[in-house]
Formats: sequence, C-alpha cells, structure tokens
Amino acid sequence: MTGWIDTIVQGVLLGGLYALFAMGQSLIFGVMRLTNTAHGDFIILAAFGAFSLVLAIGLPPAAAPWAAMGALLPIAFGVGYGLQRFVLNGTLGKDPLPSLVVTFGLAIVIQNVLQEVYSADPRSIESGGLNIASVPIGADLAVGTLPLLIFGIAVAMAVAMQWLFDRTAIGRAFRAVSDDRDAAELMGLDHRHVYALATGIAFVLVAIAGTLHGMKTTVSPADGPALLLYAFEAVIIGGMGSFYGTLAGGIILGVTQAIGFRIDPGWGIWAGHVVFLAMLLFRPSGLFPKTR
Amino acid sequence: MSTAPIAFEVSRATRASRIGGAAAVVFVAFLASFPWWADHGWMREFNEMACYLIFAMMWNLLAGYGGMVSIGQQAYLGLGGYALLVMGNFGGVNPFVAVPIAAVLTMLVALPVSKIAFRLQGGYFAIGTWVIAEVFRLSIANVSAVGGGSGTSLTALRGIEKATRVSVTFWLCLVAAVASVALVYWFLRSRQGLALLAIRDSEIASESQGVNVRATKLGVYLVAAFGAGLAGALYFLGNLRISPDAAFTVNWTAFTIFIVMIGGIGTIEGPIVGVVLFWLLNKYFSEYGTWYLVGLGLLAIVVTIRFPRGLWGYVAHRFDLNFFPVQRRLVLHEPPKD
Repeated sequence: MTGWIDTIVQGVLLGGLYALFAMGQSLIFGVMRLTNTAHGDFIILAAFGAFSLVLAIGLPPAAAPWAAMGALLPIAFGVGYGLQRFVLNGTLGKDPLPSLVVTFGLAIVIQNVLQEVYSADPRSIESGGLNIASVPIGADLAVGTLPLLIFGIAVAMAVAMQWLFDRTAIGRAFRAVSDDRDAAELMGLDHRHVYALATGIAFVLVAIAGTLHGMKTTVSPADGPALLLYAFEAVIIGGMGSFYGTLAGGIILGVTQAIGFRIDPGWGIWAGHVVFLAMLLFRPSGLFPKTR
Repeated sequence: MSTAPIAFEVSRATRASRIGGAAAVVFVAFLASFPWWADHGWMREFNEMACYLIFAMMWNLLAGYGGMVSIGQQAYLGLGGYALLVMGNFGGVNPFVAVPIAAVLTMLVALPVSKIAFRLQGGYFAIGTWVIAEVFRLSIANVSAVGGGSGTSLTALRGIEKATRVSVTFWLCLVAAVASVALVYWFLRSRQGLALLAIRDSEIASESQGVNVRATKLGVYLVAAFGAGLAGALYFLGNLRISPDAAFTVNWTAFTIFIVMIGGIGTIEGPIVGVVLFWLLNKYFSEYGTWYLVGLGLLAIVVTIRFPRGLWGYVAHRFDLNFFPVQRRLVLHEPPKD
C-alpha cells in the first residue's frame, strides 16, 4: 500500500514539472493560437544554458543554479520577444503551416547545435546535493526535496499566471488580442508587441522549467520532442486558456505515467499518451476549458 | 443588341504537360532498365529516394492540398514496414506480394485512428498525430515477437536469390513511385480533387456548396496513410531490417517537410523537385553530420518565410510552366471579324 501511495505522490510531483513545461505553451496557445513545435527544444536549450552559466558564474554549488536561473530569465525574455517579433509574427495567419514548419525547423537547428556544442552525452546541473535530499513524511515514506520544491514553484507559477491573465493590464491585452485582434487594434493595442510580450513571458517560464529540469535529472540534446509532447498533453487535458487546468493536466499526466511505470517500465510513457488520446475521444475540450 | 455565342473550350492539358508526359515515359523506361546494367548501389539509392518521394507526395496531398498538417505520418510508414514483416516472417506470405497488402492494412488502421486525430485541428492536429505515432512506436517496442525495441530482420527473403531480390525490389519501388504521382494527379483532377481544393480555400463556403467536407478529408487522410504504408513496406523490403526507432522516427516527417517546402507545397512537381534536391544535398553534404542538419533546418525556415511557394512554385509562376495541370482553363475562340 505504501508503495502505491509513494507512486501517486511521485506522480503528482512529476506532474508539477510537466505543468511548468506546459504553462509557457499554454500562454502562447491562448494568446495567438500558435503551436510552437520547438517548445521542448527551447526547454532543453534553457537547461544547457543554465548548465553553462553555472560553470561560468563559479558560485558554490548550492547557490549557483539559482543564480544561473536568475541570470537566464531576462535573456529568455529577450530571446522570446525577439523570436516572436521578428520571426514568428510573420508566420501567423489562417494557415497553420508556416508557423509549424518554421518552429519545426528551429527544433532541428536547436537539437543539432546543442549536439555539436555539448555532444550527445547527458548532463546535469550540479545543485550541491539538493537533487538527492529528501523530506520524510510518515513512517516509511519520503519525498525528494527538489521535486517538492519544483511542485511548489509550479503551483506558484500557475497562480501568478492566472492572476496576470485575469487581473492585470497586460493580461487584459492578451485576452483582447486573443478574442478579436482587429477590435483590439482599434482600441490602440499593437498586436505584434502584445504577441511578442506573450512569447517573452512564455520563455521566462521555459527558462525556469529548463533549469529545474536540468537540476532534477540529466538532459541530452535530443530530449526536446518528448517534453513538447508532455507539455502539449498537459495543456489539452487541462483545457485551453486556464493555467489551473494546465496544472491539473500536468498532474494527471504525471500520475498516469508513474502508475504505468510501476506496472511495467516499458509502458509508463505509453500510458500517459493513451490517457491523453482517451481524453480527446471522451472530453475533447479538456477538464477546465475557458477559451476555445 | 444581340451577342453571338462565344465559342470556347475548356482546356486541361498544357504544352508542357504533353511534352513533359512524353519525356517522363522515356525517363521511366530508362530507369526500368537499371537492373540489367546499373550498379547495386545506384538501385539502393533510387529505392530510398523513391520511398521519400511516395511519402512526400502523400504528405503534400495531406498538408498542401488537404490543409491537414501532420507531424505523425511516420506512424503509417512504420506500420507498413511492420505489416510487411509480420506477413512475411510469420504468415509465410511472399514479401513482394505483401507490399501492397501492407499498404491496405495500414489504411485500415488509419480509419479508427482518424476518429481521434480529427478531434484536433491546425497546430493541435500536428502534435496530436505525433503523439499517435509515438503510441505505435512504444506499443511495438514492447512486443517481443517482433524483436521489441531493438527490432528484427526480414527473414522471409532468405530463400530468394540476391539478384532477383534486388531487381524486383527496384521495380516495385519504381512502379510505386510512378503510381503515387499518377494517383495524386488523377485524384486532384477528379471531382473529389476539385472539392478538396475548394475546402482548402474555404471550408464553410465549400460546405455550403454541397461539398461533404468530412468525407473528403477522411478520404485524403486514408489515401495518405495508404501511401505512407506503401513507402514503409518498400523501404524495409530494401533495408531487410526494421526497428521501432527507425520505423517511427519523426525524422521521416522532418525530411519530408523539408522536401515538400523546398520543392513547392501544393504542387505535384514540388515533391519531385524536392526529392531530387534532397538526394543531391544528401550525397554531397551529409558527411557534415549535425551541421548539415542545421543547414536543412535553416533552409526550411528561410524558404517558408521568404519563398513560401518553394522552388517549383517560383518557376511555375515565373514561366507559367505546368507539367501536371490540375486546373481547367477557359480558352476563348475569337469570333471571326466581319
């Protein structure tokens, strides 16, 4: 019995990480209906960026990853803003093909440049023992400190993003261009700038997710597509346009994978995919849909 | 005032299509003579590119004409390969005979799968189909009878002499490649093809004109699955070895997107031009490994943004050249002057 409780708890915590992967994508989906097929590769790029920054900063290992994450956030925002403003804005339209092909091309470029720079070896960000520390709960159950921390950050980010979306001026701009771009333009919003802001913020989330992912486990240049699929599944399971939904979607995916892995290691990822497909069949709008 | 009826005819052929058709017949006949004199290496190369051509023709039909941008067509390519393997190794079916059967079986699998895939549209459809392909890969990687994750060999070909095997595989690839081009061409010239083009331009407008949007899209999806299964069966017939990672890799679709975008999406000539270009690039630059792939990715990005019509689209537009005309042109005959 403890074994199963352990599995569920691990799954929930894993789901927190998946939710962090997904929130950036959820924001981009929600604001401009853009499918960024390089999303997972940008998470991996962020992880490698943090890895290099940790080496460059030279702080003690307990502090270095957090300093690296802090340094990465403005860079990520700039990259996201620039990418949207100067590349992706030009691919948006009724036809999804250009944006899909361009982001897919970016994915291939990122994967292969990372492979060239860092080789195919898996790397991990040194965090001074945080990745193996644990917190005991109950008699014979303990959870990892870092996964717990990641889950806490995921919840905080979901709350923060939902607040940003619902209660702030920039969130109002996001909702306005999402609902009716032309009407928003008439009200004085520059949709190119608003889109670029959305991608910039999404990339901040990507940088947080990537650094934490690199601290928790090993990353290698070819990992991106798998993360893209998890993120996508979490968004669709949770329902479009709600960050709490995305958090719930990530947790459902994490728990499903954990249960699958426990039954048979070969079927863990498979179980997650199948639950997603079943969701499409029986509840295609997701659990907590807000927008269409 | 009365107007004399203007004489007209609806022309479907162009001068280029007549000359091109004749040239194509000569070229295919030349290719068909390969097994009597050409190097085995050439035939292997041709087989591989023929598989890419078939796969790309089908992706072009699906994405370029049908507006369904899939990143998961490798699902059907892999299934075609595994269907061939199972029929040959366990069913005792002659592997050459099994090729078309594998394609039909793949199409049958696509029918229920479409129920799930069609829940999604646009970009979501693209990634959803990718998830479906991953489900097939992971499922087959867990079946130990077909070698699990490490794959297995096509032992059914054991009793067949090498020269016969190489020649028959080559001819099958050639026939399948020509047939896939002909199939897409014929389909686009048919009533259903016209309906498909109308759907691409506006789903709502075509529906209001009586086009059955769902049935037309399903038809295209099934034909594309058939073609992908055919390409997969042929590829692994020539390769003799299959593994889930090789059969269901997203690279199939990645290279195909490159081929179709560079060649010119939404044209029949495009994938053909794209495959020839891809073959040349592969031949001369693939030794650069990762940088070669970086180059392909960048090229796809630049072409999509700057030259969305692709190479053939540019030529066709600039010189009004059309080897596979699918449109109907109204030719007016000038009334005789008094």
